[in-house]
Amino acid sequence: MIKSLWVKILIKGEIMGKISLEVNGRKVEKEASDNTLLSTFLREHLQLTGTHIGCDTSQCGACVVHVDGNSLKSCTALAADVNGSKVTTIEGLETNGKMHPMQEAFKKLHGLQCGFCTPGMVMSAVDLLQKNKKPSDTEIRDWLEGNICRCTGYQNIVAAVKEAATKM
Amino acid sequence: MKDFNYHSAKDSKEASKLASSSSAFLAGGMTTIPSMKLGLATYKDLIDIKNIKKLSGIKVSGKSVTIGAATKHVEVSNSKDVKKAIPSLSSLAEGIGDPQVRNRGTIGGSIANNDPSADYPSACIALNATIHTNERKIEAVKFFKGMFETALKKGELIEAIEFQIPEKSSYQKHPNPASRYAIVGVYVAKHKGDVNVAVTGAKSCVYNDKEMSKALSGNFSSSSIDGMDLDSSEMNTDMHASAEFRASLVVTQAKKAVDAC
Repeated sequence: MIKSLWVKILIKGEIMGKISLEVNGRKVEKEASDNTLLSTFLREHLQLTGTHIGCDTSQCGACVVHVDGNSLKSCTALAADVNGSKVTTIEGLETNGKMHPMQEAFKKLHGLQCGFCTPGMVMSAVDLLQKNKKPSDTEIRDWLEGNICRCTGYQNIVAAVKEAATKM
Repeated sequence: MKDFNYHSAKDSKEASKLASSSSAFLAGGMTTIPSMKLGLATYKDLIDIKNIKKLSGIKVSGKSVTIGAATKHVEVSNSKDVKKAIPSLSSLAEGIGDPQVRNRGTIGGSIANNDPSADYPSACIALNATIHTNERKIEAVKFFKGMFETALKKGELIEAIEFQIPEKSSYQKHPNPASRYAIVGVYVAKHKGDVNVAVTGAKSCVYNDKEMSKALSGNFSSSSIDGMDLDSSEMNTDMHASAEFRASLVVTQAKKAVDAC
C-alpha cells in the first residue's frame, strides 16, 4: 500500500508528504503539506479549478468530486487521507471533447444560471445515477440535499438529472 | 488550517501509542476537519484510523448487532443484515447529513464527538448499546457524559458498538432544514420488559426520558404519552427552536415513533 510508504520531509519548515493519486485517469505525484485539503490539492497543486470552493464548511457541495467511485466533499477531506485513490473531477467527465450526458442535460435544460454550484451538482448527480439508474423526483431531491444552488430554484436541475437518466 | 502531522495507524495499538494530549483520531473527519478549519480545534497530530481493518464491518448475532467504529453511515444504511435485525437503525443512518457525508462519516466518529444533536447517540441509549474500546466495555448510559463529552480517556479508541436487538423500535426526528441535524430526535425501543425513549437535540446531551419510558412500559401506545407536559427548564433555546417548542416536539416525535413501531 502507498500509505505505508508515507515519507515525511521538511521543506521551508512545513511538514510535507508525497501524495500519489490517479486523477481523471492520469497518475500524479506531488509533495504537499499534511494539512492540505483535497480541494486545495486539486485546485492549487494540479490547477484543476473546475472543482469549486463555496462555503468551505461542507454545506454547499460545490467541491464534490468522486473518490474511488463515491462522491465526497473535497473541502472536507485531507489529500493525505485519500492517498492512493482514484479521483474524478468535473474535468474528467468529458470524452474526447464531448460532454458527459449529465453536462449535456444541464446545458439543454438550463440546469444552471451563474454556474458556481454546477460542478458539484453534476458530480453528485452522476454518482446518484451510478447507484440508482431511474431515480424519482423525490429521490433526486433527497440525493441533492448536500448541494446548494442559489439561482435556479432546483426545478431545472431535477429535470436535467431525469433527462440524463434516459441517456446514461 | 494550522499545520499538523498526519499519521495512518495500522492497528489500534499503534493508534493508541501515537495519541497525546494534543492529538485526535481521524475517521471520516466530517466534524474534525471543519472544526480545525474554523479554528475551533487545533491538534499537533491527526491519527487516521480508517485503514485499521478490524474497525470496519457489521456482525449480527441472535441478540445483538455489532458495528465496527470506522464503519461508514452508508454501509450501515445499505446493510441487509442491519435492515433485517434493527430496521430503525438502518433508517437512522440513511437520514444523517447528506450522501457525501454518509459516504465518509463513521459511527465511531459520531459517538466519540457526542454532538448534542447527533443521531447515533440516541440509538446507543435506546438500544442499550455497549461501547467496546481498546481498553474496556462501557455501557451507553455511562458513555455520554455531557455536551461533546464522553467517558473516553486519552488515547482510548472506540473499536465497536454493540446494539441490543429490540422487539420493536423507531427513530423520528425533526431535522433542521439546513444542516439536517436533529432539532429534536426521539428513538423509541421496546425491549422485553422495558421501553427506552432516547432523546437527542433537546438538551446539552442525549438522555433517556424516564417519564415517557415509564408510561410506555405500562402501556405501549401513543395515547399513553399524548399531551404529556415535559419540563423544558433544561432544554436548549436557539434561533431554530425555543425550549418550550422543543419540549412539545419531543412528545410529538415520541408519539410518531411509537405509532411507527
